[in-house]
Amino acid sequence: MRRIICVLLENQPGALSRVVGLFSQRGYNIETLTVAPTEDKTLSRLTIAVKADEAVLEQIEKQLHKLIDVLKVSNITESAHVEREVALIKVKAQGEIREEVKRLADIFRGQIVDVTQSLYTVQLIGTSEKLDACISALADITKVIEISRSGVVGLARGEKSMRA
Amino acid sequence: MEKLSGASMVVRSLIDEGVKHIFGYPGGSVLDIYDALHEKSNIEHILVRHEQAAVHMADGYARATGDVGVVLVTSGPGATNTITGIATAYMDSIPLVVISGQVHSHLIGNDAFQECDMIGISRPVVKHSFLVTDPRDIPAIIKKAFFIAASGRPGPVVVDVPKDCMNPEILHDYQYPEDIAMRSYNPTTSGHKGQIRRGLQALLAAKKPVLYVGGGAVISGCDSQILALSEKLGIPVVSTLMGLGAFPGTHPNSVGMLGMHGCYEANMTMHNSDLIFGIGVRFDDRTTNNVEKYCPNATILHIDIDPSSISKTIKVDIPIVGSAEKVLDEMLKQIEANDYGISDPTANDHWWSDIAKWCGRKSLAYQKSAEKIKPQQVIEVVHRLTNGDAYVTSDVGQHQMFAALYYPFNKPRRWINSGGLGTMGFGLPAALGVKLAKPDDTVVCITGDGSIQMNIQELSTALQYDIPVKIINLNNHFLGMVKQWQDMIYAGRHSQSYMDSVPDFAKIAEAYGHVGITISDPAQLEAGLEKAFAMKDKLVFVDIHVDETEHVYPMLIRGGAMNEMWLSKTEKS
Repeated sequence: MRRIICVLLENQPGALSRVVGLFSQRGYNIETLTVAPTEDKTLSRLTIAVKADEAVLEQIEKQLHKLIDVLKVSNITESAHVEREVALIKVKAQGEIREEVKRLADIFRGQIVDVTQSLYTVQLIGTSEKLDACISALADITKVIEISRSGVVGLARGEKSMRA
Repeated sequence: MEKLSGASMVVRSLIDEGVKHIFGYPGGSVLDIYDALHEKSNIEHILVRHEQAAVHMADGYARATGDVGVVLVTSGPGATNTITGIATAYMDSIPLVVISGQVHSHLIGNDAFQECDMIGISRPVVKHSFLVTDPRDIPAIIKKAFFIAASGRPGPVVVDVPKDCMNPEILHDYQYPEDIAMRSYNPTTSGHKGQIRRGLQALLAAKKPVLYVGGGAVISGCDSQILALSEKLGIPVVSTLMGLGAFPGTHPNSVGMLGMHGCYEANMTMHNSDLIFGIGVRFDDRTTNNVEKYCPNATILHIDIDPSSISKTIKVDIPIVGSAEKVLDEMLKQIEANDYGISDPTANDHWWSDIAKWCGRKSLAYQKSAEKIKPQQVIEVVHRLTNGDAYVTSDVGQHQMFAALYYPFNKPRRWINSGGLGTMGFGLPAALGVKLAKPDDTVVCITGDGSIQMNIQELSTALQYDIPVKIINLNNHFLGMVKQWQDMIYAGRHSQSYMDSVPDFAKIAEAYGHVGITISDPAQLEAGLEKAFAMKDKLVFVDIHVDETEHVYPMLIRGGAMNEMWLSKTEKS
């Protein structure tokens, strides 16, 4: 099952490599990983999407906690949460297909953020599933030249929060 | 406030931390620290012949005392040579602080001379590591390093210090911190009282309980608590390789070592139990055999200070996170308060009669011979001559298993071996570290002709610092354990396991300035060993030619349950 684990990490040199190293060393698969500073400058927030069963997930959480630089670990998929991912998709858009690509982007509430005579770059925000659906629909009608995805970020809904 | 250079701060911080011994080897990037060390004489520095040995010495020192072992090495090859030692300590949860030099900060990343990314290369085998970026941080970093190494589940910590941070010309304010608080590191030590009560109820309700003790029991120092629990409730105790000595090996409630080469009765007790109480163990593959077939009727109760050890390989029914000592203290308090266990001392009689039956199989029996010395026999003689009270280090292989099986340890921290990583070359340097910590005790290194040659150069260190350990080399001209596997699994094809041209070890010992004795006649064994142990102030290397056909039994059958063992070359359980 796919889970989203959020981690608050001390902003120390080498801290990120400890987290990434842990995953490769113990054979856990990272689907996506995003890292950025938080409102507290001494901390970074990581969002890690993984595919794991209950037993492996339990080990991942425990092993993350064991890292000295890790302050908090939270599996936001165990309750209500918001998740988003951004994708930039460069596609061929020439002739009659040009209009079709625009219409498809509109259906997924995407925006065309860059244009040449033969190409469109579509910006899309949503859950990873929505991004997958849009990319596959685009691929059905035109040639996809290049894709850049941000990886997922997320927060628990409501009062729940993860702070230092 | 006192002003010190970065290099002097390293040395002063170690002194203020109470360090008595440092094991190390100088080189370009740590010369400033070595210069500062030269001025301060109240720390003894042991100059090794190879950095790997420095780590094993510090490790042996730490295992024998429970204190943090300290290592000092230079950058590049000095640092990389420590990796096997650090990994050895990491696998067995041994507290070490390894200080490595690093090239100048401005050269880091430039592939400078003797540059190596020590933080990166050591990352998977350290509990934590620090790269110093500002010399003013040195006292706090060293304080944190010692705190992290020794607390919770102990482990090695690396402190990498770039050369410019040691500059003797630049002085900074020095004050060693008294306490350290880390918001992201705060290990749980006292267990959850409700869980302890649940655990105790399960233990009392069990008809066939067993205490399964490991290295964590030795580390937490809960030997008197295990003894009290076992005696009060009449529960048998089995031990892992790492747990030997946490419960007296000669106690009637001791059922011996379990696992791959554990004795028959210990593995049978585990397999047939209805409750396993794991104390500081990690259910690793050498002690479970096939996890699918693991102890089918047992409820599992487990104390560990590291939550990630719980339910890692075997699902635990009642987990208790905490220090084994504190948890068992609480459990004993609850037993005391309720008078548990004292009312019916015969409750477990059926269980004990099963165990007596398994013990009757005498799985450690072996045939002596008039022609060839048996390795088992050597260990038994060493046990007798040292009154069972020596510090025994070992390398890795058949000799290690023979030592573990035939030398019953009655005290914790007496048996010192590389259980997790299985590092050949550990025994001699570890023995030297132990002897420095325990100068008045007998220290024996049980080794083999393969292992001893992996760090034999430390005989030179032993002479320089006059460290009189006894080396017992079970010499069979083979990599014995490899050969045993090849005999059993590879139809006797001894691929690369025969050591041709094994040197005359007695002469090597003599060349290094020690005493060497060679024994090959069984009739001379006792007298030869007596002579060796009588030379209290000498390092004596006893090279004993043993029967090369001997195997270690019992041996768990691969893929089987814990009750499936080879008991001899021809007999299965």
